Amino acid sequence: MPKFEYAPAPESRAIVSLRESYGLFIGGEFTPGARAFKTISPATEEVLAEVTEADPADVDRAVSAARKAYEHTWAPMPGKERAKYLFRIARIVQEKARELAVLESLDNGKPIRESRDVDIPLVAAHFFYYAGWADKLDYAGYGAAPRPLGVAGQVIPWNFPLLMLAWKIAPALACGNTVVLKPAETTPLTALAFAEICQQADLPAGVVNIVTGAGETGRALVTHPGIDKVAFTGSTEVGKEIARACAPSRKKLTLELGGKAANIVFEDAPVDQAVEGIVNGIFFNQGHVCCAGSRLLVQESVYDQVLAALRRRLETLRLGDPLDKNTDVGAINSAAQLAKIRELSEAGEAEGAQRWSPPCDLPVKGFWFPPTVFTGVSQAHRIAREEIFGPVLSVLTFRTPAEAVEKANNTPYGLSAGVWTEKGSLSLWMASRLRAGVVWANTFNKFDPASPFGGYKESGYGREGGRHGLEAYLDV
Amino acid sequence: MSALDLRGFLHGLPGVDQVGAQARAAMLASRSVKTTAKQWALDAAISMIDLTTLEGQDTPGKVRALCAKAKRPDPADPTAPMVAAVCVYPDLAHVAAADLKGSGVHVASVATAFPSGRTHLEVKLADVKYAVAAGADEVDMVIDRGAFLTGNYQHVYDEIAAVREACGGAHLKVILETGELVTLDNVRRASWLAMLAGADFIKTSTGKITPAATLPVTMVMLEAVRDFRETHGRQVGVKAAGGIRTAKDAIRYLVLVNETAGEDWLDPRWFRLGASSLLNDLLMQRTKLATGRYSGPDYFTLD
Repeated sequence: MPKFEYAPAPESRAIVSLRESYGLFIGGEFTPGARAFKTISPATEEVLAEVTEADPADVDRAVSAARKAYEHTWAPMPGKERAKYLFRIARIVQEKARELAVLESLDNGKPIRESRDVDIPLVAAHFFYYAGWADKLDYAGYGAAPRPLGVAGQVIPWNFPLLMLAWKIAPALACGNTVVLKPAETTPLTALAFAEICQQADLPAGVVNIVTGAGETGRALVTHPGIDKVAFTGSTEVGKEIARACAPSRKKLTLELGGKAANIVFEDAPVDQAVEGIVNGIFFNQGHVCCAGSRLLVQESVYDQVLAALRRRLETLRLGDPLDKNTDVGAINSAAQLAKIRELSEAGEAEGAQRWSPPCDLPVKGFWFPPTVFTGVSQAHRIAREEIFGPVLSVLTFRTPAEAVEKANNTPYGLSAGVWTEKGSLSLWMASRLRAGVVWANTFNKFDPASPFGGYKESGYGREGGRHGLEAYLDV
Repeated sequence: MSALDLRGFLHGLPGVDQVGAQARAAMLASRSVKTTAKQWALDAAISMIDLTTLEGQDTPGKVRALCAKAKRPDPADPTAPMVAAVCVYPDLAHVAAADLKGSGVHVASVATAFPSGRTHLEVKLADVKYAVAAGADEVDMVIDRGAFLTGNYQHVYDEIAAVREACGGAHLKVILETGELVTLDNVRRASWLAMLAGADFIKTSTGKITPAATLPVTMVMLEAVRDFRETHGRQVGVKAAGGIRTAKDAIRYLVLVNETAGEDWLDPRWFRLGASSLLNDLLMQRTKLATGRYSGPDYFTLD
């Protein structure tokens, strides 16, 4: 029995008022559809609500509503007027921050500490940031009065449901586009709550449309001829399929796909903070992060020291109820994802890597996977090459900076990388050689709306965030 | 260890990234401590207090009043634990020693020309011996920050070692005065320097300089004692002093201890809070937890 056992400190669910069933948000109203599916809490497998599955006809209605709003209302509206709506949305998100955080943790399984301190504040920040651009597009570097594209079809993943929505909708609306967005089938609830926020903000009907559903709905959306722009965040596999589907059309496409980021720790690193960075890199959001630092590259001269410190630190991680304010690691988002994590972890063992997890009790119900570290991993192992998208860290070693660069770049992905050293010149030397969209120096998984984000190689193309993020939604 | 070796060792310690350290401390400060955990934490915090009065206007009367408070913090509730020690200037140590004899509350005396430490080593040692002779069983010394900042680590080391010897059987707490060392790299080096020279405790501050104890500074010191035990096999305590006024603050420090050095340090023998007004806030929260009602400050004795 530990001396100082933190008593349960659950955030109250009472603040969230869930409806029994949700329709599709089309033309400013919730409208019924033919089929429905259930969304559950991955921590308990409890059914949270019933959600409509949009079929091609529903998607068509949504695209028409978006087209009408684009032509008659949103595109002709002066930027300074569009900005007012975006500012209003940002403020409502802030006002409803607690409710949205609880809802996100319920539907996604992520710890409330993360939805409260990271996801929701960043959602508001994105809307505030792009609201500021709406009347300044002349100065974005694309010439005078850049034109919007039209109707954007956006498909987002389940790992940061509302934040990915914000990354997609805020720049699209700021530039004068209207959107049809499909949230992931396992995490539709905050997108539907966002639809209510659009109503509350008096956003003109049809500017934002939310169609829920699974892969079929997504396919109907991105292949719809009335779409001018497709934005997708998700797996590389689906990304390739979308790229093929869009290739014969004039649709502008941005893809933000998988990753297998290297987190590189040099011998002169600030060890305690590097260990925090490793933990934050791979166990933040249960490792359901496309830019997760899933490959730890440690310089051999400090390998023992870093690994010992990492193991000690992992023993303090608190896994359990996502709504408990002291939880560090929550639930895996779905049974399917859990199966994939298990499969790859078993492959890691079969290929000869050593598996280690701190002692931790997993809840009986729901989908759970303990924080896991594989040592003795080589570049050839599947767990070093394939994206696991779970709380599984593969540890590799290197001897010189050049070898670190070589190993870090030796992957089909290139979304992010981390460099830990007290030597500024080495950070810069590494950053100029790492083929990754984001290189973090002495930190990891830090996001800001002003900073562009995107990948190299199979991690996708196009940038989201910052001034660069405007390009994807302008006819330039 | 030669002066050069000592310098090499201290500069060879892993650096501290300030932004990362602050972020970690802030994250731990967001832990939610409720109900039974809070109950335990409030009592633990009380039992870790070095109840302190270090004023020019201190008198035997003031010290006696403080001793009474230390032994029985809440006259209305005998289940409230005693504090760990009473901390005074050397010339009043005998008053505290007489009052606290047999109570289990320790007598701590600051020494070595507290708080600045700007005098000759002979004077500092005499100060220490005087305090110990007067009955102090814990001595809180200050390091020579000037020597530390000029890189004369050997001088700081030798002074601590000399004071260690002058303490005899008394416990030595070494005050780093982190508010004057400024960087977290310096805090880590000074922590190791003090431990290598024989400190039983390392302490953040005198309380006379702002900033005094902060969460990131205390976290770096806790990392140092944790790592020192691993490499040298000796456990050293940590005392956070100055600026800790509320029960909420105190609980944050306990969380920091729990998740940085570990629960071995969650004991008055290994972790102390140097404070004065903190005690009454802890007592007030304690009463609130027991009765469900807040009472006013007038229901808790001043000292």
